[in-house]
Amino acid sequence: MRPKLQALWQFLFGDSARAFGTLSVILLVALAIAPAKDRFREWTRYQRQYLRLIRGRGEAATLQRRYQGGLQQVWMPELGVTDRCGTCHLGLKEASLSDVSAQPFRPHPPIPHALTEFGCVLCHRGQGPATSAEEAHSSTLAWEQPILPARYLESGCGQCHWNSIEGTPQLNLGRKLLARYDCVSCHVLKTPDGRRLTSATDAPALEHIAEKTTREWMFAWLKNPQAYAATATMPNFQLSDADARDISAFLVSQSTPYLPPNIATPPPVGDAAAGASVYGESFCASCHATTNAAGNVVGGDVGPELTRIGSKVKPEWLADWLSNPKTYAPDTKMPHYRFDQKMLGPLRGFLEAKTDSDLLANVHLDAATPAQVAHGKALVTERGCASCHEINGIKKPDNFAPELTQVGSESLAKVVFAPGMPHTLPDYLAAKIRQPHTFPGSKMPQYTFTQAQIDALVTALLAQTERAQTLPAALRAAGPPESHYRPAGKAAQLMADMNCFACHAINGRGGDMAPDLTWEGSSVQRRWLVSFMKNPNTLRPALIRRMPRFNVTDTEAETIADYIMTVYQTPTFDAGDLDASKFTAADVEAGKQLFYSKYACQSCHIVDAQSDKGYIGPTLTQVGARLSAAWIFHWLKDPQALRPGTIEPGHHMSDADARALTAFLMKQNREVVKK
Amino acid sequence: MSRFLITAIGCLLLAGCQRPAKPPALAAKAYGAALTEVSGGKQVVGAGTVLDQPVVVQVNDAQGSPVAGALVTFHTAGGASATPDEGLTGADGQVTTTVTLGGGAGRYQITAATRDKSGKNIELHLDEIALGYQQTLGRVLNDRYCARCHDPESTAERVSNHDNLTAKPHAFTEGAVLNAMSDADLTAIIGHGGPALNKSPEMPPYGYTLGKADLDALIAYIRAIADPPYRQKGLTYAKN
Repeated sequence: MRPKLQALWQFLFGDSARAFGTLSVILLVALAIAPAKDRFREWTRYQRQYLRLIRGRGEAATLQRRYQGGLQQVWMPELGVTDRCGTCHLGLKEASLSDVSAQPFRPHPPIPHALTEFGCVLCHRGQGPATSAEEAHSSTLAWEQPILPARYLESGCGQCHWNSIEGTPQLNLGRKLLARYDCVSCHVLKTPDGRRLTSATDAPALEHIAEKTTREWMFAWLKNPQAYAATATMPNFQLSDADARDISAFLVSQSTPYLPPNIATPPPVGDAAAGASVYGESFCASCHATTNAAGNVVGGDVGPELTRIGSKVKPEWLADWLSNPKTYAPDTKMPHYRFDQKMLGPLRGFLEAKTDSDLLANVHLDAATPAQVAHGKALVTERGCASCHEINGIKKPDNFAPELTQVGSESLAKVVFAPGMPHTLPDYLAAKIRQPHTFPGSKMPQYTFTQAQIDALVTALLAQTERAQTLPAALRAAGPPESHYRPAGKAAQLMADMNCFACHAINGRGGDMAPDLTWEGSSVQRRWLVSFMKNPNTLRPALIRRMPRFNVTDTEAETIADYIMTVYQTPTFDAGDLDASKFTAADVEAGKQLFYSKYACQSCHIVDAQSDKGYIGPTLTQVGARLSAAWIFHWLKDPQALRPGTIEPGHHMSDADARALTAFLMKQNREVVKK
Repeated sequence: MSRFLITAIGCLLLAGCQRPAKPPALAAKAYGAALTEVSGGKQVVGAGTVLDQPVVVQVNDAQGSPVAGALVTFHTAGGASATPDEGLTGADGQVTTTVTLGGGAGRYQITAATRDKSGKNIELHLDEIALGYQQTLGRVLNDRYCARCHDPESTAERVSNHDNLTAKPHAFTEGAVLNAMSDADLTAIIGHGGPALNKSPEMPPYGYTLGKADLDALIAYIRAIADPPYRQKGLTYAKN
């Protein structure tokens, strides 16, 4: 063996010429390694595959012309984007490859932006500058940003779109849930313009809680809010019996009486069956849900569920609340209904009968000791109850929970994962929302979200990135500025009393459950408005949620009607533009023809209650007594111009058609004239 | 001696190959004769998300009564997954699984399988639909503008107007009718109303309310949920 090695050594390095030659060959081979490695890179293989793919296709020549080989890079320093995704994803912009489902050649589905506008990683995440498939898509030791799973993609939109847009239903839901479930009361969440997201749930103030309910109910509620009402938004704090006992003791001890009560002697409890009809006629179900005979929870979610309300509230408090809720809670969304004694008695009877004997059956609390009260106070502070509720003697804590403004770009190195879970940010966020108690030291309570709700919440949180804060302001689509519109005078007091803004919006302020009233004065006739305020009949038969009857007096109805007729006028036309008295019988007849034949309005509206059946739009049997001629004319011309977002499609009709239809509709005022 | 060793090693290797890569953790205690769907097929959700309702299948014997203790396995493809992917039927003969669809839009086939006494495989195929971005937009528009007439079913929140119309609107799942209409025809009837295709004016024009992108999104949604599935006709290209 040894002589052979010696011979080889002699052969390669025997003299200086041989040694030089050998070293040169080694150097040459070493130098060739880099270009060879480059030649056989992963992406060159994909590019060759793509060329093979397009070769056999009908549009090969076009695709070939548009193909660009080599490393493709998009660089947008102002967005912080450096993408090389197009190097392998060669079919992204080729709509004709729609039958290709294999990656990386699948075309991108149509989106509202040009693909070159923002690059890829802004929405999809991943490592833009990487040149191998693994480094681009998964997290490696050096790079931790994996591709975002498809179901959270709308978070990309949310980095610029801070308003609610139609294209992002999941993101919109997530942001709504953040406000509705009061996440934003403990966590600070800011938009890039510095605005803090605010709660939308108005957790009740607890300053007078002992007047409203018993300690036993508080205990049961604290133990499990969802056992009282499946739809409750309050999370479960998983308190021990002793903790729930002490918190209820403290809440009772801090409670003060509220003054003045509305009625000295409440009306006697009346017949529950009669109360059920008062409940129905007052459309309480527009805001409150109850469990029906079939066991389904039906009704609105503006107010709390009332299935077991009789086991919760004290009878005197309920009577007082129903007669005027504003004395107990000045900021409540519940309107002042002006019930008379005859309605109040039965309504009390109906609500007080809604009890659940199981709820408090096993709750037995002894009188509270000072030590329990003190411990309860400590717990209330520790659990952050005052973040959502007003409590006597406890200040609302600042920054009770970690700020989430940039949680969507949280570094994985800083995240403490629960054992056994995948190490990605979306998985962490989802797990934290689903089961917060599995994370050691977490103070977060247990919510009962569905999978779809968790996906939506994670999407909304992933939109809260560092990049979103630094994107150019011109790209940012902010939500509409907060409106501080206030009506004035006596009408304003009435509108506050009835909480019109809880359902209706005016000049940008208010709810979206009922029609926007900003231009209502141009729309309706005063006489109709007065009678509607006194007795809101049903305009849209298909609607489940309807305007309640507030039992207003004649003077109150007229005050509101006058204010609406004077102030809420559209600037786009004058109510006197169209003189209804000039319509001829021929106009009316032509309008009728158009209504039934050309435009088939009867598919959605009812003019003749005998023959028409459509019930998507409002019933038009009395429309001539309800709306102004000018409003009908302009509405027919372009409904969206008068009420953005209305589902009535614009017909682009001629002035002549719109005029004839207006003439026909203005004739629909029979019943009112009869009276 | 060495020949014996090689044979022995070879036999061992072969035996190793024959064993399935992942032996089923569960063993069937009973065998049925038929597999039926209880619920969970034909759901429409966003790509990459969990189906709203779990998939429930039932194993029956030859007489049609439920079989308890039969082993059902669920197979998925295209990035979809079922958790758990196998299970024994309960006393009611049913197995429930939660299905997550893959990240790409399209149809996903979930295959449930069980064996009868003779070891024969019985399969049941369920189709689930994943919507891509554009189709999700279409669904939002559908819920807002179309479903009130085109969906004959009423819900607690929405009363259907379907039966009030003289010309009955087609449900968007009616592939038999809608697959035969070209994209151009659908664009025309949605944009300009029924009369554009000599159909009833009860279908109003939406082209003045919705834009071209909205109409495209709606059509993409209609195509996605069609039953039988919509198949794009082959494209023809002008010669270059």
